[in-house]
Amino acid sequence: MAELVTFLILGLVTMVSAIMVITRRNAVHSAIWLVITLLAVGGIFLLQHAEFLFAVQIILYVGGITVLFLFVVMLVDIDVQLKQARFARQWLLALVTVALVVAQLIYAIYNHGLGLNLPSRPMVPAPPQNTQAVGMALYQNYMLPVEIASILLLVAMVGAVIMAKRKLE
Amino acid sequence: MIPTDYYIFLGSGLFTIGVIGVLTRRNVLIILMSIELILNAVNINLVALSQYFKSVDGQVFAIFVITDAAAEAAVGLGLIIALFRNKETVNADEIDLLKW
Repeated sequence: MAELVTFLILGLVTMVSAIMVITRRNAVHSAIWLVITLLAVGGIFLLQHAEFLFAVQIILYVGGITVLFLFVVMLVDIDVQLKQARFARQWLLALVTVALVVAQLIYAIYNHGLGLNLPSRPMVPAPPQNTQAVGMALYQNYMLPVEIASILLLVAMVGAVIMAKRKLE
Repeated sequence: MIPTDYYIFLGSGLFTIGVIGVLTRRNVLIILMSIELILNAVNINLVALSQYFKSVDGQVFAIFVITDAAAEAAVGLGLIIALFRNKETVNADEIDLLKW
């Protein structure tokens, strides 16, 4: 019961702050609301006993990516945007497209009648130590993907530096 | 124990909000933030199903999604800085060089 109440509160915070992210005129306010959304999603991870992902979410998303966003918002001139219309001129067509996406999601979820109709749960016990289990999976079964991810991060770092560099004549 | 359906609903709702943000906003920065919302929706679904099947594989995939989000944010924000330096705007409607 307490678990369900926690889930409902976190879900409500997630949805409301996500709506605030996409409706605020000022990009700084959007970034602050994004922090709240990410924290609530982190809480949902914690509710599902994914402690390692919770830590990664706080350190990487809240501590890293949103700070990067705020830096760029400060570098880019926001005074002009405050006077302009928030939504693009194709917003009606966009909402029709979103309605189609929602219809597809509902169809995908309720394809087999009410409920998700997932295959039955395996009878094995859940791994007791989450961080340990994730670490084992990362360095044993997913060793090659980890290496590829590290190369991806290197390429992204070099690409970001080159992109943002001022051209020297 | 919360039913897995609820997490899937929450993920679907967050995904929909993210798609609305990407398609309707004009500010490129907020479009990038909406992409982060979409990636978070994917992570909620991955973690919920990983918990349902009692396996950490879904959480490992969520870690790769977060890695991808970090790379995408770094490159995207670098692009926005370069764009603002060249065109003095972050408005998606005014960036129409490739539109004929």
